[in-house]
Amino acid sequence: MSQVGCVVTHWIVGNEQDKGIPNAQSKNRIRNHMRRYSAFAIAREGARYHTGWERAWKSPEPKKRYDAIIVGAGGHGLATAYYLGKNHGIKNVAILEKGWLGGGNTGRNTTIIRSNYLQDPSAAIYEKARSLYETMSQDLNYNVMFSPRGVMMLAQTEHEIRGYERTAHANALQGVATEFISPQRVKELVPIINIHGPRYPVLGALWQPRGGTARHDAVAWGYARACSNMGMDIIQQCEVTGVRRDGDKVIGVDTTKGSIDCDKLGVVVAGHSGVLADMAGFRLPIESVALQALVSEPIKPCMDVVVMANTVHGYMSQSDKGEMVIGGGADGYNNYTQRGSFHHIEETVRALVETFPMISRLKMLRQWGGIVDMTGDRSPIISKTPVENMFINCGWGTGGFKAIPGSGWAMAELMAKGASPLADEFTMWRFGEGKFIDESVAAGVAH
Amino acid sequence: MLLLECPYCGAKCEETELSPGGEAHIKRYGPGSSDQDFEAYLFMRENPKGVHFERWRHVYGCGKWFHAARCTQSLEVFGTYAAQTFEPPQEIKDKISAKRPGWSWRDFS
Repeated sequence: MSQVGCVVTHWIVGNEQDKGIPNAQSKNRIRNHMRRYSAFAIAREGARYHTGWERAWKSPEPKKRYDAIIVGAGGHGLATAYYLGKNHGIKNVAILEKGWLGGGNTGRNTTIIRSNYLQDPSAAIYEKARSLYETMSQDLNYNVMFSPRGVMMLAQTEHEIRGYERTAHANALQGVATEFISPQRVKELVPIINIHGPRYPVLGALWQPRGGTARHDAVAWGYARACSNMGMDIIQQCEVTGVRRDGDKVIGVDTTKGSIDCDKLGVVVAGHSGVLADMAGFRLPIESVALQALVSEPIKPCMDVVVMANTVHGYMSQSDKGEMVIGGGADGYNNYTQRGSFHHIEETVRALVETFPMISRLKMLRQWGGIVDMTGDRSPIISKTPVENMFINCGWGTGGFKAIPGSGWAMAELMAKGASPLADEFTMWRFGEGKFIDESVAAGVAH
Repeated sequence: MLLLECPYCGAKCEETELSPGGEAHIKRYGPGSSDQDFEAYLFMRENPKGVHFERWRHVYGCGKWFHAARCTQSLEVFGTYAAQTFEPPQEIKDKISAKRPGWSWRDFS
């Protein structure tokens, strides 16, 4: 894309119109390449009353056939498509989305990014993701507001101290920068915290200074814009209703917008993975449950790190708008409701009020739920499937947002080459082989 | 918030009085079974968007395990029944058929 080409295109638009402010149609003109966002672009658009901003991605009708179809236009699906194009040159790709782009768990999480996992395969993929977040805004030319403000996981029992000290040592060997810090250091970093309990005193914390948050919508939108710019088709409100097979091989999908053929199919649909697997005729070791989050009214800046308290089951950060963003517990039974049980809010807030007494008078503004896909070992599945040329990326459970770039990187490599060093350990057959990547103990509950 | 009736003591329980116990009617495989059966018993789970059968325990009540038939999409409860059975009673299946014609779950329908 060149800045010069864009300016020329604009001149043609301008000549077609009467003098004065260009009308709204000019921004709907279809271009092959997007304009870059820059300070210059802001000045240019400002000079013409901001009427020239283009849509960030196109909304085409589906073609009859693609080299690859990705089901699910959330963060993981879009990242998969992006790296298919960028790293492997596969650009004849469609991304199908039954709802709207980024409207599932991508837009429902608490935006935490960290990579302080115990097991080597986890640390590898989460640290790959975290490192890609560092330069994502520049790579995508889209401000994802990555804020490496630091993430701490509180140790509130003796067991947690031992567990996190072990994780800190494991992270040192894995090359992930974390340390175990004292309660006094916790208090310095988070002045609003009550470290004295009484029920669960803060005994220390696992601290990852380059963990943090990012704006989750922007991650999806940035990838979508970049995919669209590579010529990929993002097709929203297009639900997959069937997976078409020729013997053991996938040949396409049926959708609410007709049948579409493909060479390779990537299923990246989080909570609905079981539904898609059922269409293709195999089972997954996954159960879907609702996980909730909530935000308070906006208040003045009071906490500039992310705090997770896994024993009492709550985690909190402050958004740039000033809202306290709070994540809580998952339902104990299968459901697809995107609401969650009310008593989990009480449990979460009750625990956090003890640790952060100042939030006791905050009003909560909104509460919502997302459907998370849980595996037996609480680690994801990035894998081939019993159906040839069909791949699945799921099982991120309560902690998928942080992994988006690494997950897309690994899934794209798997789809393009048939194997990926980042994904090798995460096959769907590891359960039968007893090769778990056991993070259910290591990571506590919250991700 | 779910409301389930305990089939043993008859109490209409709100969900905090109960403890969820996962999928119902799982056949247990042990030593001597095939790897595939053993893996499926341990890890593979039905995960339907719709009719589902699961186990619950009336933990803050009579303490007994029972089964529930429920819709995972609407949270509608079709009924609860005692745990001493290998399949849902006909009465429960009929209730589901009245509300979800054509349903199936594993081998049941």
